Amino acid sequence: MAQNALLEIKDLMTHFHLQEGIVRAVDGVSFEIRRGRTLGIIGESGCGKSVTAHSILRLVPSPPGNIVNGQILLRRGDNASDQKPVDLARLDPRGGEIRSIRGAEISMVFQEPMTSFGPMHTIGNQIMESILLHQSHVAASDARELAIENLRRVGIPRAEQIVDAYPHQLSGGMRQRAMIAMALSCSPRLLIADEPTTALDVTIQAQILELLTALQEEFGMAVMFITHNLGVIAEVADEVAVMYLGRIVEQSDVNELFDNPQHPYTQGLLNSIPHIDEEKLPRLRAIEGVVPDPYEIPGGCAFSDRCPSFMPGTCDRAMPGLAETSPGHRVRCYLHSDVEDELTEVTDGR
Amino acid sequence: MLTQYIGRRLLLLIPLLLLISIISFALIQLPPGDILNMEVLRLRSAGTQVSEEQVEGLRQLYGLDKSLPEQYWLWISNILFKGNFGTSFTYVKSVSEILAARVPLTALVSVLTAIFVWITAVPIGVYSATHQYSPVDYFWTFVSFIGVATPGFLLALIFLWIAFVQFGISAIGLFSQEFEAAPWSLAKFVNMLQHIWIPIVIIGMANTAGMMRTMRGMMLDELNKQYVITARSKGLTETRLLVKYPVRTSMNPVFSTIGWMLPGIISGEVLVSMVLNIPTTGPVLLQALLNQDMFLAGSIVFILSVLTVIGTLVSDILLVWLDPRIRYEGVA
Repeated sequence: MAQNALLEIKDLMTHFHLQEGIVRAVDGVSFEIRRGRTLGIIGESGCGKSVTAHSILRLVPSPPGNIVNGQILLRRGDNASDQKPVDLARLDPRGGEIRSIRGAEISMVFQEPMTSFGPMHTIGNQIMESILLHQSHVAASDARELAIENLRRVGIPRAEQIVDAYPHQLSGGMRQRAMIAMALSCSPRLLIADEPTTALDVTIQAQILELLTALQEEFGMAVMFITHNLGVIAEVADEVAVMYLGRIVEQSDVNELFDNPQHPYTQGLLNSIPHIDEEKLPRLRAIEGVVPDPYEIPGGCAFSDRCPSFMPGTCDRAMPGLAETSPGHRVRCYLHSDVEDELTEVTDGR
Repeated sequence: MLTQYIGRRLLLLIPLLLLISIISFALIQLPPGDILNMEVLRLRSAGTQVSEEQVEGLRQLYGLDKSLPEQYWLWISNILFKGNFGTSFTYVKSVSEILAARVPLTALVSVLTAIFVWITAVPIGVYSATHQYSPVDYFWTFVSFIGVATPGFLLALIFLWIAFVQFGISAIGLFSQEFEAAPWSLAKFVNMLQHIWIPIVIIGMANTAGMMRTMRGMMLDELNKQYVITARSKGLTETRLLVKYPVRTSMNPVFSTIGWMLPGIISGEVLVSMVLNIPTTGPVLLQALLNQDMFLAGSIVFILSVLTVIGTLVSDILLVWLDPRIRYEGVA
């Protein structure tokens, strides 16, 4: 584990054992989140982004979901590069240790601001709950002040009144701000933002993104930002991982990814963004086909059935590995690696 | 704001109760004939000579010769201004006297039944939902289907039979023999508590079974909602987050059904009380209706309706008090 790494995921596999068969929602994902940096995870619906995030906090419902392989190493404490990291994948999902991490060291903001708060309790009550749960030195009487302080920090006007409001009395944007206030109330070292702007309209989206970036600068936390919106990724991320069907297909620094996308899937995603400065508006360039049924993933490269650069006899033989094409830039594609290497690896490995 | 709401609801009660009193009165007048026909028939069959003049005299004495609105006014004004519910022909006692002991018992049995229903159905429903498709869940599903499908009086009969054949106990009545006629005392109260659970369990069975299913269904809906995952992501223990969030939300139907659970309990109670010989209003109501004992029957229907209306009001107030969404959207 690198010096400045906060969280390292190694070969994580989260599978769902359903009656129809096994869904390999996350199938061998590895990445690293460094202190204070932002990792963007991008991909279409159903590619395993959210399951990856839920796996980190052990929120995947079991049954049917299980982490069947891999490690989720978290470095706890402030300044403890010497301390042995905790493997979250090994913890009891209902146990005390994971609960002391949830909301305190790693907290999460969800996609649906409309339903993220319990409807029966005030916003303040739910923020105070987090504060009192993880900060034992805070007296109950001071928690309210802290909650107001947190609401003010995320730009909520009249925070001392909103603290007593019920969720349904706030707009979607306000609720998402309150959600962020709650997630940050215990100064986490990692914030997982699972499509936090998807359900909001565009002007509010921009405000929320600005807020997140500003708060990150202020508190120096790391952010794992999940989205299917490339524009959002360009705005917030330092590094990007592109996911397709439970695997990372390309991973690099954000500028490198936008300048030099190497995986046909990434190229397709970038091409599908309409540009306003184009001379005449062409038809939207969508990626051919749809994400395959989770029970009928093609053999070989999972993207092979939609890939414009499909090479018969190569891409359908084995799943390519992640190969480093330049420092820090890794791609899972036979355009950039040799299928014969993979085949021997596969036979050796299994 | 809440007091305003309650005030408005209380005002609305007045016309509602008036309407109920008219309907109760009209209902018991519906069948042809009246109490005197029955009485004369009885006297004549016993060999007593009853002349038409005597019948007319009785009719005048009881005000039965007056028009229906006049009779109604006589009845309701006596209740309202004198607290006098009239006289029962069958029991030859004032209605108030007959009901004084029975209405409180009916209320007690009803309220205890409601409480029994909640404290059994809510935890079982929550457990079934959080352990969906487990053997325990299947067990309670089975029990609740049986419970919904079996009428209360049949359960009462089966219970009596088992108690008598297996244990040689006569499970009839609400008091042991030595207390039956005794005035109220602590010992009599304790004795009653020893007996009262039998009708409560039997009457509550169907409601418990239904409520269990409602609670389970509500919980299953709520458990997958985002806010439960949010609460979990904050690091709360499973029990604490369940009780605070989804259980609390799922309780709405529990409170909102107080209103219609009470009439259900009371009508279920009539037959069960007949079978178990419990001195509530049920058996008296049945007897009064058979004899066309109109003051008695009318008063019972009226009092029970009033209790039900009050129950509904209580459930509405509870709901408004407990659910902020209703409080602010419905009332403001």
